[in-house]
Amino acid sequence: MSDSRQNGSLLGVIVSHAAVAQALVAAVAAITGIEGALVPVSNEGCGTEALAERLRQAVGKGPAVLFVDLPGGSCLTSSARYAKQHADIAVVTGVNLAMLLDFVFHRDVPPADAARRAVEAGGKAIRVTAA
Amino acid sequence: MSLALYRIDDRLIHGQVVVGWGQPLDCSFIVLVDDEVRGSDWEQDLYRMGVPPHIEVVFASVDEAAEKLTAWEADSRVGILLVGDIDTAAALAARSPQVKRLNVGGIHHRTGRTERLRFVYLTDDEAAKLRQLAGRGIEVTAQDVPSARAVPVGEFT
Repeated sequence: MSDSRQNGSLLGVIVSHAAVAQALVAAVAAITGIEGALVPVSNEGCGTEALAERLRQAVGKGPAVLFVDLPGGSCLTSSARYAKQHADIAVVTGVNLAMLLDFVFHRDVPPADAARRAVEAGGKAIRVTAA
Repeated sequence: MSLALYRIDDRLIHGQVVVGWGQPLDCSFIVLVDDEVRGSDWEQDLYRMGVPPHIEVVFASVDEAAEKLTAWEADSRVGILLVGDIDTAAALAARSPQVKRLNVGGIHHRTGRTERLRFVYLTDDEAAKLRQLAGRGIEVTAQDVPSARAVPVGEFT
């Protein structure tokens, strides 16, 4: 798995249903030109063990932030289990494009800090626009 | 009313259960029958996270579930019962005659299992266990989401 953690930067792993993760990675690359900061993982066709294995391969040697699509379900349970067993892994739920765009420019912090920052950046993007 | 779905799903509580089935059934409670999860607060918190606050989650061991099935069936609300594997379903069915239907909702690939349906992988032994359950009068079908066809046990084992 090619990633850009040579300088101790964080890797972002997006864990989602169907091809949501893949599409988010493509969107971030299209907008920022940054590649290798994010890796997609889909739960498609996965039981618990298979998804854990996909996660293990995607994360490689930490540190990393796992961006999960929903705050529950197989993507979250596998991610939370993984984080419990490994140091230097933080988990954020409710992934959106805004938080990922912020994340790829701020990867030189501890995983927990990056996770808190993602929650803030992602939350700010959710609003009702003026009519 | 009562338990509208007895489901075998190795992911236990997840989107297909809470949203896919929970919405159309207007589900008010989920019973998760698993000895390991029953013994772990951490696991219980994790599974509870995926469930909106208006749905109650009950964690039970197989023994507890066998004891309480009659009460759950008499509940005026609609519930979903979940087990993670065929052995747990068989253990529950052996202890309680209340188990009359089993929905195979997701059993995924693992060494030794072969693909029976897109969302069902079984060893020959597991397939035989499902046929045995059906042979005892339990209606066994495979169906991941409500909009899909309920595939009879004979077609995938």
